[in-house]
Amino acid sequence: MEKGQRIRVLIGKVGLDGHDRGAKVIAQALRDAGMEVIYTGLRQTPEQIVEAAIQEDVQIIGISILSGAHTYLLPRIIELLTREGAQDIQVIAGGVIPEDDKILLKEAGVAEIFGTGTSTRDIVRFIKQLQLGGGLQE
Amino acid sequence: MDKDKELEKIAQEKGLWENKHFSGKPSKTSEKQGEGVDSEVEFQRLYTPDDLNLDYLSDLSFPGEFPFTRGVQPDMYRGRFWTMRQYAGFGTAQETNSRFIYLLKQGQTGLSIAFDLVTQIGYNSDDPLALGEVGKVGVAIDSLADMEALFKDIPLDKVSTSMTINAPAAILLAMYIVVAEKQGVAPSKLPGTIQNDILKEYMARGTYIFPPVPSMRLITDTFKYCADNLPNWNTISISGYHIREAGSNAVQEVAFTLADGIAYVQAALDVGLEIDKFAPRLSFFFNAHSNFLEEVAKFRAARRVWAKLMKDRFKAKNPKSLMMRFHTQTAGCTLTAQQPEVNIMRVAFQALSAVLGGTQSLHTNAWDEALALPSQESALLALRTQQTIAYETGVTGTVDPLGGSYAIEKLTEDLEQSVWAYLEKIDELGGAVRAIELGFQQKEIQTSAYRYQMDIENQTRVIVGINKFQKIQEEPPKGLLKINPKVEQEQKQKLAAVYRKRNQAEVETGLLRLEKAAESTENLMPYLLDCVRNYTTLGEICDVLRKVFGEYRQENTF
Repeated sequence: MEKGQRIRVLIGKVGLDGHDRGAKVIAQALRDAGMEVIYTGLRQTPEQIVEAAIQEDVQIIGISILSGAHTYLLPRIIELLTREGAQDIQVIAGGVIPEDDKILLKEAGVAEIFGTGTSTRDIVRFIKQLQLGGGLQE
Repeated sequence: MDKDKELEKIAQEKGLWENKHFSGKPSKTSEKQGEGVDSEVEFQRLYTPDDLNLDYLSDLSFPGEFPFTRGVQPDMYRGRFWTMRQYAGFGTAQETNSRFIYLLKQGQTGLSIAFDLVTQIGYNSDDPLALGEVGKVGVAIDSLADMEALFKDIPLDKVSTSMTINAPAAILLAMYIVVAEKQGVAPSKLPGTIQNDILKEYMARGTYIFPPVPSMRLITDTFKYCADNLPNWNTISISGYHIREAGSNAVQEVAFTLADGIAYVQAALDVGLEIDKFAPRLSFFFNAHSNFLEEVAKFRAARRVWAKLMKDRFKAKNPKSLMMRFHTQTAGCTLTAQQPEVNIMRVAFQALSAVLGGTQSLHTNAWDEALALPSQESALLALRTQQTIAYETGVTGTVDPLGGSYAIEKLTEDLEQSVWAYLEKIDELGGAVRAIELGFQQKEIQTSAYRYQMDIENQTRVIVGINKFQKIQEEPPKGLLKINPKVEQEQKQKLAAVYRKRNQAEVETGLLRLEKAAESTENLMPYLLDCVRNYTTLGEICDVLRKVFGEYRQENTF
């Protein structure tokens, strides 16, 4: 990413889960924080998420999931990103995700998991730091 | 002193009192820091008789009488408590059946079934789209075999069952009817409810399958079929619950729900149904959120508006058509993962608001639901909360005990006015379906949800344990429910056994007949009953309907 370019984020709903309040609130908060946000809408497959992320040239994928299917769907997204040679795209997640599963998902390569009650400001800060850490301009 | 003079005097004295104690300080909550209210309705410092535009006989009347502000039954909970109906379902039908039997033994009085997303969206457990989702947020149902296991040893004429099922509601109802038949219970004896409310799925909940027109047809087919065959069945539960959970405020919750109700009534009239034949079986479902007084007023206002709509707009005559009967669930979105024990108190207050608002049935959330599906222990505590309200608090001793409170009556009036304003706006847009297509309700909900979150982050709304009174070190809660990881495999094996055992030729004939009927305007219920009887699966039936009806694609309103 060139200096001064805005951070690009894809906010996605994966699987059959229809709860999109969190996804939309986060999308708007990131947009208000100056990022470029693409929201996928409901019922995306991991394949669709990865394809959209590459096409839209994002640095971050944010997945919202409250259906309990995270243990399958999130590692699948990371696997597909690696397969496409796009492992530089970082994946973060939010939703109802139990502690034990958080450990598993981080081992699978999810950069961070934000649970219920997280402030959007913490997510904005995290993404900016992640991008700075990767040598990118805030 | 006559009444007008007395009110004038009160207003005058109140002015003096305001000046004496609060000269120049604002009375409304919005002008004060730190007291977020969920809607445009604002609290004043004090309510007095002169604030009310109330005509007792026409605006409140008596319980069980139009406009039902004070309740739908004459004696409310003095006659019978609300139905204690805890929403449950996970894993396989056998596991959920055990939880049901446990809850019934603990004094629960009705069942409420949570289906997994795969079932709600009309796929079989062996579909590639089902990967990772089977049995997760509810029980997995593929065919009649699963429904038989789900209700094993539960007498369907004695226990009423509510099913949270929408797009494929007619199919699950057909399965339920057949399970009852096998128990020897006639359809005419069956009490229960299907949610069957597709409009809020497009707006807030997301488990749609088909586009609006064929979806509305499936709904009016069930209205008609039940009017003729299942007189004790609630054919729809028009739901504001999920609208509120998606982020709306209290006014939007009621307004968007009633606008959906108007659309269903109109759709039924348009296919030639008679208002007083189907309207008595319409039911509603609301959220009990945290703002206690506003919530009590909300339930009362909702009943009054619906009664007026049915009487004036739709010319219903049967008093049962005018009565808004509703189920309530406490607000899942108010539960916190931080200091989760505090949720026990939140749930209790919310539940009490529903009881004081006159609910017909109630689900109390479990304290651990921001973390996982409820464990057996937390589900029991949630039920005990209702039992405490019913048996110990004494609020059931008189009907509508908060009626006549200046604050409650004024808030009821204010909420009603704001609801009418939204209904007018939705009418102007061409009704609920058109407004959804335009994204109107979705945008309104989204704006409210964002404002709610920003209020928390700006500390203008305090949530205990989230933005105030936090704990530095939180112990992770123990004893959370874990879904059996083998459920997907087990469910697929059960499904494979169904495929093997059934008569394939019968299945194919039934599906062909269903397809033909779907292309016509015939009522689909008899065809669905034939299909489920011979163990045609939910996924196969929905595939046929998807082929004929097409699939809904959400417009991205963000």
